[in-house]
Amino acid sequence: MTSNARRKRKDERLVQSEDEEEGISNPSMEGDLPEMTGTDSSPEMEAAEADALVKTLKTKRRKKKKELADEVISPKDDLARQLKEAKRKSQQKIEDAEREEMEESAPMSVVADDGTLPMPEEEERESVLEEAEGEEVRRLRKKKEETEETLIEGPPGEEEETPPPREEEEPPAKPPSPVPKEPSDEMPSKSLSIKEKMRMRMEKAKEEALSEVKEEEKESRKERRLQRDKKQTTRFDETKPYIGSPHASFEIDENELDRITEEKRLQRLERRKKMPAKGREGFQMPTAEEAFDFFTREWKDEEKEEVEEGVEKAETEKAEKKEGEEAAEQEGAPKPDKPEDEQPLITQDDEMVSDLPTMMCAAYTPDINEQIKKEGEIYFVPSAAEIPATQKVGADFEVRRLEDEGFYVGKRPSAGSRNQNRMEHRLLKEIEKGRESSRAWFGEDGSLLALPDPLRSLPSRPPMPEEVEPVLKLDYKKAVIREFDSRYIDGTTEGIGHYQLDVDLNQVFFTHHHLYSKEHALAQKLTSLYEQYVIRERKNMTAYLGEKLKALKNSALHLQDHIAAHKSEYNLTDRSNYDRRLQDYRAEIIQTRQQRDREEKTDRTLLRHILATWKAIKKERELQTFTNTPVKLQIRKEDGNKVEDERVWKQEVLAEIEELRDEHEREYRRNMLTYEEEMKRYQNQIQAKAEAQKRVDKRRKKIGSKQSIRSGAEDDEQHEKDLELLSEADLTPPDEPSHFDDATVRESVEKKARENRRRPGEPKLHLELSNTATITPTQNCNLDEQRRRADVSKCMIFVKILFNNKEVSRTNMKPLSQDFKVSYGQIYSMKIVQWPESIAFQVHESIGLGSTLVAELCAPIPDTSVTSVSVQLEDLEFSSDRKEKLNRAAVGSGMPFTYGSDNSQLEILMTTGILTYSVAWAVDEHGQALVPPALVNANTMFTHMKKMDPLAAIGAAGVMDLKKLADWFASSHLDPNDPSNADIVYLLRGKGGDTSHLTPAEYFRLEQLMVEFDFVTQQELEENKRFRLIQLRDEEVQEFKNYKMVPAHEREVPRDVFTEYERKKREEQRLKSEGDHDIETQRMAVKRYRQKIRDQVMRRFRRQAHMKNWEDMVKEDMVPNIALLGTSLMKVFARRTPLKPQRKKQKKVVAQSIKGDEVRIIVNISRAQNVPVRLSAAMQAGPQYVSGAVTSRQDTRPLEQTMVRPFVEVMFQHHCIRTSVGDGSNPSFNEELEVPFRAPFDDYSPGNLQTVPDAVFLNIFDEVVVDIQEDDRERGRMVHQRIEKKWLGSLKIPFTTIYFNGKIDGTFRVNAPPVLLGYVYEGLSHGPDDIGINKDLKTLLGLFISIQPPLTQPEPVKERFSTNEDEATMVQADQWKEQISSRFTPKRELKTFVTDVNFKSVFITRYFRPINPPDEFTGKGPELVARYVSLIPFVPDAAIFPGLCDIWNTCDQFLAMLSGDEEEHAILLVNYFLHMGIKAWLICGNAIPEGPTAYVLTEEANVHYIWNPSSGERFRTNDATCPLRSIGCIVNNENIWANIQPYDKPDQMMYSLTETSCWEPLFNNSRRNPGLQSIQPERLYYLQTDKDFVTELQEKIQHVLKNKVMDWRSRYITRWNRHCSQIMRKTLPLLEESLGKSVDQDHIKELEASFSSYKVSGFPINMPFTEVDPIVETVYATGVHGHESNEIEFALAVYVHPYPNSVLSVWVYVASLMKNR
Amino acid sequence: MASSSVFLVMVSGQIESAEFPEFDEIYLRYNLHYGQDWLVTSGLEEGISQVAKKSQDDRQQIVWNFPIDVTFKSTNPHGWPQLVVHCYGSDFWGTEVSRGYGVCHIPITPGKHKLKIPMFVPESSSLLQKFTSWFLSRRPEYVDARVIARGEGREVTRVRSQGFVNISFNVIMKDMKKLGYDVLPSDVSTVNVPENVGTTATEA
Repeated sequence: MTSNARRKRKDERLVQSEDEEEGISNPSMEGDLPEMTGTDSSPEMEAAEADALVKTLKTKRRKKKKELADEVISPKDDLARQLKEAKRKSQQKIEDAEREEMEESAPMSVVADDGTLPMPEEEERESVLEEAEGEEVRRLRKKKEETEETLIEGPPGEEEETPPPREEEEPPAKPPSPVPKEPSDEMPSKSLSIKEKMRMRMEKAKEEALSEVKEEEKESRKERRLQRDKKQTTRFDETKPYIGSPHASFEIDENELDRITEEKRLQRLERRKKMPAKGREGFQMPTAEEAFDFFTREWKDEEKEEVEEGVEKAETEKAEKKEGEEAAEQEGAPKPDKPEDEQPLITQDDEMVSDLPTMMCAAYTPDINEQIKKEGEIYFVPSAAEIPATQKVGADFEVRRLEDEGFYVGKRPSAGSRNQNRMEHRLLKEIEKGRESSRAWFGEDGSLLALPDPLRSLPSRPPMPEEVEPVLKLDYKKAVIREFDSRYIDGTTEGIGHYQLDVDLNQVFFTHHHLYSKEHALAQKLTSLYEQYVIRERKNMTAYLGEKLKALKNSALHLQDHIAAHKSEYNLTDRSNYDRRLQDYRAEIIQTRQQRDREEKTDRTLLRHILATWKAIKKERELQTFTNTPVKLQIRKEDGNKVEDERVWKQEVLAEIEELRDEHEREYRRNMLTYEEEMKRYQNQIQAKAEAQKRVDKRRKKIGSKQSIRSGAEDDEQHEKDLELLSEADLTPPDEPSHFDDATVRESVEKKARENRRRPGEPKLHLELSNTATITPTQNCNLDEQRRRADVSKCMIFVKILFNNKEVSRTNMKPLSQDFKVSYGQIYSMKIVQWPESIAFQVHESIGLGSTLVAELCAPIPDTSVTSVSVQLEDLEFSSDRKEKLNRAAVGSGMPFTYGSDNSQLEILMTTGILTYSVAWAVDEHGQALVPPALVNANTMFTHMKKMDPLAAIGAAGVMDLKKLADWFASSHLDPNDPSNADIVYLLRGKGGDTSHLTPAEYFRLEQLMVEFDFVTQQELEENKRFRLIQLRDEEVQEFKNYKMVPAHEREVPRDVFTEYERKKREEQRLKSEGDHDIETQRMAVKRYRQKIRDQVMRRFRRQAHMKNWEDMVKEDMVPNIALLGTSLMKVFARRTPLKPQRKKQKKVVAQSIKGDEVRIIVNISRAQNVPVRLSAAMQAGPQYVSGAVTSRQDTRPLEQTMVRPFVEVMFQHHCIRTSVGDGSNPSFNEELEVPFRAPFDDYSPGNLQTVPDAVFLNIFDEVVVDIQEDDRERGRMVHQRIEKKWLGSLKIPFTTIYFNGKIDGTFRVNAPPVLLGYVYEGLSHGPDDIGINKDLKTLLGLFISIQPPLTQPEPVKERFSTNEDEATMVQADQWKEQISSRFTPKRELKTFVTDVNFKSVFITRYFRPINPPDEFTGKGPELVARYVSLIPFVPDAAIFPGLCDIWNTCDQFLAMLSGDEEEHAILLVNYFLHMGIKAWLICGNAIPEGPTAYVLTEEANVHYIWNPSSGERFRTNDATCPLRSIGCIVNNENIWANIQPYDKPDQMMYSLTETSCWEPLFNNSRRNPGLQSIQPERLYYLQTDKDFVTELQEKIQHVLKNKVMDWRSRYITRWNRHCSQIMRKTLPLLEESLGKSVDQDHIKELEASFSSYKVSGFPINMPFTEVDPIVETVYATGVHGHESNEIEFALAVYVHPYPNSVLSVWVYVASLMKNR
Repeated sequence: MASSSVFLVMVSGQIESAEFPEFDEIYLRYNLHYGQDWLVTSGLEEGISQVAKKSQDDRQQIVWNFPIDVTFKSTNPHGWPQLVVHCYGSDFWGTEVSRGYGVCHIPITPGKHKLKIPMFVPESSSLLQKFTSWFLSRRPEYVDARVIARGEGREVTRVRSQGFVNISFNVIMKDMKKLGYDVLPSDVSTVNVPENVGTTATEA
């Protein structure tokens, strides 16, 4: 319970007791306890029990003391005072006060009475009012009068210009004072004798009070007391302990107390000095007011004065009181109460004084040593030193060690010995001090007693589950956006419609706010009352009802007259009719009168309330001495004519009485009738009963006398009846209806009239509320008010606008104005895409940081007719139940407070306010409302034709259900012919179009109008060539991808446009269809598979290709790194003409800027080396000169015989260009050849360029001049020669290689046939044994190839494809890669992830696993395996998959497709090697001419070899001719090793992988191999190649080739030398056996022997078999046929060597034989 | 190919002026981008204008009055020609950098049209690059200006608005109706296109 409440209860009790005692109603208590004062105190109460009285009086006393304490402590030094002084003073004070009271009681009682009496000389208006006003108003008035009185009557002294507010607040505090209670007649003489003294004292007191207490202080104190502030409560509590309240338990800082007391004393001394001077200023009798004041207020001063008067007085008082106490008990009179209740307080206080030791200061010892000494006396510091056991056990006992005696003693857990020792010391100390029981802590052995093992073996903590149960695990799911939502107006967020709501937020006005001052609250109340008043005034219901009443009366009267006049004329029905009408009139009159009375009463009360409130405001303003609100109520009086008024008044009263009388009469009459009836019945019964009784008595007598038995039957009957009658219940006599009591009725009517109406002579009041009062400027207000105002302006208000519960907008933070208004006046437009469900506003308030929600209020969604043009502002009221504590001058919210000084009427006001706003649909510039269309329907339907709207009737879902719709249609009886219903009718119409039977169709359509949107049927679409062309073009089918100008009409589409495409399609179809018995069935299967893969990959790739990235779109410089910046800086200082100029990179040309035919491939042929020389020339150089046919005749110098005249021919895209003829076997050409390049469809985009299948063929020929001079006679005069070219070797470089590499530079090995008939390598030509068979000497060609202008290279697909790999491994690998590749500027080939056919990233090591080679190869050398692998056709990925990605196939896929590029070959080879037990790795590196490629590294007996998997060749690592130029990393099934050596050329490198300075593995100790499973199959199954098919193929190829050769030289006769062919055919298998490298020399010898008469030139060509056409091409490229002579003979042999799984090695031996002449 | 199966679109007009509030000197290039079924029968497909300086008055206009005169032949309105305008100007260091790209379709109705094309430039992909591109005068440019006439891959770019280019077109068409394309409302016989047609559309 708070002290407030406690106090209040005391109050109540106190008052009650007073009332009980004397029956006096204290007027000032009226406000507080009206019901108490209102009721007359009954005599029983007066006789209340004595101890009850005692108790109440005690509390009263205590309360007074509290007040005193309050007063004593002035707000300035608003802290508790020193205890002793306070106590003593208060004690004395109380005593003195009491004495004074007793002395003064006579005049005081008069004054008190006087104070409550209404003053006779009041203003006219108020007196008039007062008569009419009710109890409440009167009460208010009285208060006011009091104040006025004080104003007037107060001494005109210097301090009196403002009425001290204390005086006003005092009356409520007065009742506790016993002044009015004191019987006045007790001691009149005494009062006279000390009159002067008292007056003097009072004067002093008043002055002092006024001087000491400043205006503000009083204010604030009053405020505080009114509000019962918390602060006050604490102070109260502080004082309490000293007074001795049992509730208090406060401790106060002593020093603080000391200080305060000191201050207090000084102040008091000062005051005392002043006092006497002032006190003698005037000698006059204290007025009633002064006296009043004195007793109510000046306690403190009294007390101060009498502090010195000594304690002895108190002693005497005590004695007196004790006596009085006894008296009180005997008499029960109030007089002795006082001493009685004082006594315990005093004694208590005295005791308290002695009990409180806190007042002493701690003794201070200045010497530190002394202090230490003193401390040493008090403190005990246990040492950590060990104590001998004997000491612990005690002198009397022996130390006994159980261990020594052989007992088992458990091992104790280790504990800190220091701590243990300390504990022991402590215990010992206790023992020393005499507590022997402490010895029990020690065991017999002197150690502390403990369990053998105090530790529990099991953990006492319950086991905690470490892992979350799998069921409870949370999975992360991505947020899903549901695009299609019925809440969207147009179905999606990107609606087509533009719908807008305009929200106009005009202002927020708080009708109550927690920062309201009291005046504000009152003003607000006044305003609202005034508004009511105005409304009522306007309505003027009273007048209206009065008129109505008058009219009703008239017509009733009229009717009555009418009935009376025509009574005779009417028949019964008419009359009853009239009667009923009359009856109705009367009823209505009564009703109307009641209504009027009610209205009048309301008007009256309202008026009263307004006036009361206004008065309260005025009072409040006076109290606080400033004006906070601008409200001003002007009361205009309209003086009534008193005489006239009285006349009207009386008349009305009379009329009403008359009416009532009439009514009563009628009622009476009616009642009388019933009464009479009842009465009659009653009387009858009484009579009958009496008679019956008589008869019964008679009969009894008769029976007694036994007279006759004759009349028995008759009598019996009678008797029965009588008995019955008698037993009947008695009827109660009816009440007679009362007569009309004129007096009471008149009294009640008059009373009512007095209450409800203006009294005669009372002026009519017209109220007018204006906001004209001037608000006091802030600087003139007191501090609290200033703070309040500051708070108000600090308070920021903003409003959030919520649409469908989502905040869409908010207003600015605007400060609250002093009149609690916030004006925004802003329109917030919301473009909406969702159906409006709710529009809400949240009023937020923020003071300082953060904000609080005051209220949320909903606005209705506007009707469609409400547009921003037509809308008007509306008010929305809101309220908040938030409690806001009152502070300073503000009243708070949800907190009780009181107005003015009257702290009885608690009010609790909640924050309320009004938001002025409007919500409307926006209007566009055409005046169209931006309302969603469906809402238009819905709304119109809502208003008047809900029935017509299916949406409203059956809901949106119902509309989708046709059946429901049809039902609704039937039930609503819509007119099917009404055009507005057309759409529904159409929807419901069946197939027949019968409108009378509107049933839904029996099917369901998902997209109802799709068919209508098709502009042609699907069939037409397919048949129409034009559409088909467009479709195919759109699908980017290769043939039509760039088709231009699709004709506008179908007929203009070229007929043959599809022929090729269809042929291709047919072929594909054929491939797909099974059971095709072609010879190349297996090949077909391979093709089919390849096709499938290709389709799949292409499909995926197309999707990828259309996803562009930043680099595809925007040309932007890369972020320069430090190195780049450095080099660019270096550039500044670089030499202008450096000694070693560096090659500058050419700028790439974007595909778009190329306009065809300007792109050339530039082939710069520098030189050739090791060109084979003619055998004849070689011979010539030797001793045995053969006069060969080739010897030019004109060359007479045999030593200068031409060895060879080589030239290089470059062929590309059917363009052929050649160098000039060089000389010798090491010619130097230094020629730049330009071949034009045309991209297919003139599309130079990277995507297209990389699909170019063309290749640059570089053929080395020997130009042979053949003298064909037929006639020797002409020799010398004529030259007749034929130039022949003999093929010496070729080099094929695919265009894509050039394209991807940008340039190709280096020395290349020319693919020369193993046997070149008629030619010999010069370096070995001397040794006849080595003729033409040195495999280590190969023709080399120095080349530089580039494209002019440089074309932009395709960016590798950067997209990280989806993967099944472990994320951690991927990250690891990426980091590893990044770390290493950043170290080397020419980037080294590092591969970690590659793309498989499913477009998934796969870790590269997964591709390795030992795989069995075909069974035939078991036990054979690795060369054979390499040969096998190299015979699998090589097709670059870019050709198979015309995208740009490098796709890695697994070995089974590779073998199934029978084609692949380097990496597939390399992987297969590595896997075979691994199976064969050879250490093998895959090398990722750069080679010439392939560019980035894959080779194989093996280790055999510590010698490392590099294998070219595409050719099957093996190189030693130090072989300079090895095409591999750099090694980036090597991979096998276990790991990836990156080359971190400074050099990456194979011959400069170390190959010991354990050397960490050379090779950095991906997986090492820190990065573990996660155990990657291989994706390769465990085993490969090989199909045996069909032998028959092979021979067939052999025949076929031979046949084709023969025909072709004949075709090529159709101008000449082609003869075939069968013998030669035979020999050659025999040779070919041998060549195959020797793996195409070495050849049996016998064969050549045989050949030479057989054809010594011929000049034979020819060579075997070996190639893997793919198709027949490439073979033909290759043969053609050699130009063997190019002998323009009839005399030549040809030899051709074809051999196809079958390897497992249809891998075929094709050998073609072609030779031309020319007879030596 | 019979002449009846093509329609002709003749465009003449001017790239009149530009408003680039930030730049003083601008020249422009234009390209025409059109579908596969279109062919330029006469006229220049590309053009490069003179360097124009900003006017000194309040209008701050850069005027080129650069003529366009092209005739297209087509069989299919798909891929209707678009005019791609890209502007260049010298930057702080005096190097020429791109100042804006803009595109508009050749009006599909015959008559006189005035268009106002908003211009934009691709933004650097990072702040650092923005700085270096400014420092090295290598503002990001589109790989091909014609990409802005296509929708593909635009999502990867970020652009910033730069200014406006005002263009006037006079469009004449031939044989559209013959092929069944009706570019005018049937009830409109004479075209009376107001001067500001298209401006709101392009601005919006």
